[in-house]
Amino acid sequence: MKVHLLHADHDTPREVAETPLREDLVQDLGLETLFDVMASGDAFLHEVARTVLLQPLTEPDAIRYRQQVLHDSLQRPEVVRQLYQVATDAESSPRSVRGWSLGNYPSGILNRAVSVLEELIGYLRQLRALTDEHAAEFGSPGFQGFFATVRQNLDFDYFARLEDHLKRLHFRGGLYLTARLDGQAQSAGLVLRKPAKERPSLFDSLQLPRRGEYAYRLPERDEAGARALSELRDRALNPVADASAQSADHVVAFFSALRWEVGFYVACLNLADELARRRLPVCFPRPEQADTPALQTQGLYDVGLGLRVQEGVVTNDLDADGCTLVMLTGTNQGGKSTMLRALGCAQLMMQAGLLVPAADYRAGVAEGLWTHFKREEDETLESGKLDEELERLSRLVDQVRPHAMVLFNESFSSTNEREGSRIGRQVIDALREAKVRVLFVTHMYDLAHRIATAQRTDQLFLRPERTADGSRTFKVVPGEPQTTSHGRDVYDKVFATAAQS
Amino acid sequence: MTSTSPILSRPVEFPGVLFRDRTVPLIQEEPDFFGDLNLDQFVASMLDGRENFRLAPFFYTPLRDVDAVRYRQEAVRDLEDSGIRTGIDDFCAAMRTTREQLGRAAKIHFRIQRQALFLSATETYIAGTRGLDRTLQDHSPDSRALRALAGYLRSYLSSAEFGKLASDAASVRDQLRGIAYRLRLLGDTITVSLVRDEEDYTADVEDTFARFRETPVKSYRSKLRSIPDLNHVEAQIVLRVAKLLPEPFAALDRFSAEHHEFIHQTLTDFDREVQFFLAYLEHVDRMRAGGLPVCVPQVCARGESFGASDAYDPVLAEKLLAAGQKVVCNDFRLDTPERLIVVTGPNHGGKTTFARMVGILHYLVALGLPVPARDARLLLTDRIFTHFERGENLQDLTGKLEDDLARIREILSHASRESLVVVNEIFTSTSLEDALALGTKVIEQISQAGSVCVCVTFLDELSHVTESSVSMVGTVDPDDPARRTFKVVRRPADGLAYAEAIAQKYAVTYQSLKARLAR
Repeated sequence: MKVHLLHADHDTPREVAETPLREDLVQDLGLETLFDVMASGDAFLHEVARTVLLQPLTEPDAIRYRQQVLHDSLQRPEVVRQLYQVATDAESSPRSVRGWSLGNYPSGILNRAVSVLEELIGYLRQLRALTDEHAAEFGSPGFQGFFATVRQNLDFDYFARLEDHLKRLHFRGGLYLTARLDGQAQSAGLVLRKPAKERPSLFDSLQLPRRGEYAYRLPERDEAGARALSELRDRALNPVADASAQSADHVVAFFSALRWEVGFYVACLNLADELARRRLPVCFPRPEQADTPALQTQGLYDVGLGLRVQEGVVTNDLDADGCTLVMLTGTNQGGKSTMLRALGCAQLMMQAGLLVPAADYRAGVAEGLWTHFKREEDETLESGKLDEELERLSRLVDQVRPHAMVLFNESFSSTNEREGSRIGRQVIDALREAKVRVLFVTHMYDLAHRIATAQRTDQLFLRPERTADGSRTFKVVPGEPQTTSHGRDVYDKVFATAAQS
Repeated sequence: MTSTSPILSRPVEFPGVLFRDRTVPLIQEEPDFFGDLNLDQFVASMLDGRENFRLAPFFYTPLRDVDAVRYRQEAVRDLEDSGIRTGIDDFCAAMRTTREQLGRAAKIHFRIQRQALFLSATETYIAGTRGLDRTLQDHSPDSRALRALAGYLRSYLSSAEFGKLASDAASVRDQLRGIAYRLRLLGDTITVSLVRDEEDYTADVEDTFARFRETPVKSYRSKLRSIPDLNHVEAQIVLRVAKLLPEPFAALDRFSAEHHEFIHQTLTDFDREVQFFLAYLEHVDRMRAGGLPVCVPQVCARGESFGASDAYDPVLAEKLLAAGQKVVCNDFRLDTPERLIVVTGPNHGGKTTFARMVGILHYLVALGLPVPARDARLLLTDRIFTHFERGENLQDLTGKLEDDLARIREILSHASRESLVVVNEIFTSTSLEDALALGTKVIEQISQAGSVCVCVTFLDELSHVTESSVSMVGTVDPDDPARRTFKVVRRPADGLAYAEAIAQKYAVTYQSLKARLAR
């Protein structure tokens, strides 16, 4: 029984390798805030959110598959949350089954397995009930497929079969088995046969031997005999105890998978609820094929910021269709980094199948998304840490494939502007030629200017907006790089003042 | 024990692997010289682990004629073929298992289980016998002994007696295998009945939950201990199965009665006799693994030259190899008319070991076994006599001399031209003058008797007594006179230089002692 709510045709990996590059990505884009909101206090959901977002999809169809499931979830959130609750309860069933376990003996193992299965059947019934009540309300292929699976596999006959087994597995009517004799005239090759459902009636339990049957009754107080009989029982029960315990594990595994996949959508609902509460816009993005460098958005904002601050956030529009380079220049605290983050988050969220924090968002999928940010603890822009930057860059380049997207924030500023610009130019050129999309925030005018003068059509320059009176709006708008030094003004000012005095 | 069938009680064609005919009487007591030559230790290690085969008499009974020796040597050569050796080892293992199974069966009270184990024992025996036959057919032995064995096996395996045993066993086994029964365990009652058409319930459970199986999970099978003997509950079950399906158990019962004595005595005898070779060959394997040579010696007649090259004392070699130490090999040779080897040289220089080695080699050839040497040509002696130091009895030096002389007289009264006499340090307790005089007399007497003799002595002069003497000397390292090499070479006797060297080594020369005592 497959869940297939996250992928149409395969199970999702529940783990992602924790690499330094992934750590960087989470930190640089400020994703922890996002994860926390998606988790809403549930550690399991935190893990789901993190794992799924860090394994971005690269097929627009796969993204749309999830979006459709998400769409359904937004329409019927209470059903989705109920599904999640059932799966969560079921998964913790083995822990909740208390009772004496006889350790490593088949009888004990069987008893415990039967208890767990009895509890699990309750949850399977709940799942079927939810399906019966709500399946018609879900239109996405994902949910339709899932509910169909439930209906086909957990039908009335099947539940009857399960109940039948669970009755018989108590062996109240005795054990039936066939055997052969081995070379020492011992019973061997034991095969368990179908047990009775009930304890035998009083008549039967008088156990008058029928024709063709020979009975042996243990004498009272025959302790050695009782032990021998119990060992025979254990030998007979060994395979079915194993089968039952494994079956219980398999059912739990199913609920575990269900919890994981539905959990993702519950996490999405948590996010949607919170953004709605803050009256922040969201939309279903439109993914395009990886080889189209499409990127268009309206009303985009940094979701982390949006989830942290109390007052409203700045939104931006962008049209970077066909651009392999988007460069944000200008002085600090103009909103460039925020914009970069906003783009990175939105892209990642789109590729997870999530809503994105914008009124509208359309972009080609990235075959991998990576960040190369100046380290925050480094307030000065020249720290002698060029080594570290370049080493990090090299590790990043190992992972980069064509049609990836790389976000740079004030990279190569750990050396002087001339050197940094030269390195930056080479890196940007090489990446673009390899069909990698580059988003680059820099204050290095030299770098920006030289690229701008190349007059290519596949690049876009943005800079922080200033109103007529020079104050910042914290939006970014298209604009050629401007020299940042106001040195001339200061010179003029000083010398003008001097001239005057 | 003889088999019940009159057809093959003692096939004439197979007398055994050790003797061409069975008329040779076995000597039950250990020969006198065993202790002196350390052959007692050697044989004891051969017997270790094989006590039930009573092999000692085989080691105590030397062969008297060359052809008898050759009969065994041929078999040894065949056994050096690993295919034959493995096949025979397997057969012996099968016989051992058969005996074990019969032994266990004898202790079991419950008849059906006893008979079931008996059936298994016959099956082991049948398979073992067939296996041996196959080995001999596949590997074509050359020795008279093993060819005779092969012939015997062919006729035994095609005999009516064996045929019936094998087919009866197979038939009973088939019937037992076909037994299947149904048990109901309810409370304290077990009910036995016939099998009916039913599904495997475990498979049914697995099938039911198959739709949930995605990735493998751990196994919950318990490791249950297995008990070899039937407990009384199992016995009660089997008794009831026998009531339900009496035929196979009746067949088993008949089988046990009919084939009660099924092991052919000839094979039991062969199993025993071949152990003689196998035990010794294990020793040979160890020697070869340690880089030491072992060879099948030639047997020569009196009057011919004889000797060996790169020979060594095998008892000492076992000890040295086990301790990771080097074994020194020596040569010796006597060309007519030489009969006597006088061995002199430094104390603890390997002289006694050399003498023992000569004695041991001559005994092993008479047992038909390969000897510890690279190559050897040896006499078949009629008897071996030894005279070794019995240790100082300080209170009775006169008595010791008398004792020595009495023993020598005893030896001389029985020694013949075919005998070997090994003398190790005689007359050490009397004065030098007496020792020389008596020693010379003894050497002359032995020489007159015509026996071959190896005499280890500190009296260099004895090497010149007769013309038939050969002098051999234990050597020292020319650069370090105090170091023993254990090499014994043919050379005139050297005099007392060695004692001086040893004394210097231990700082007990006159000069050293003076210096030490002055402190």
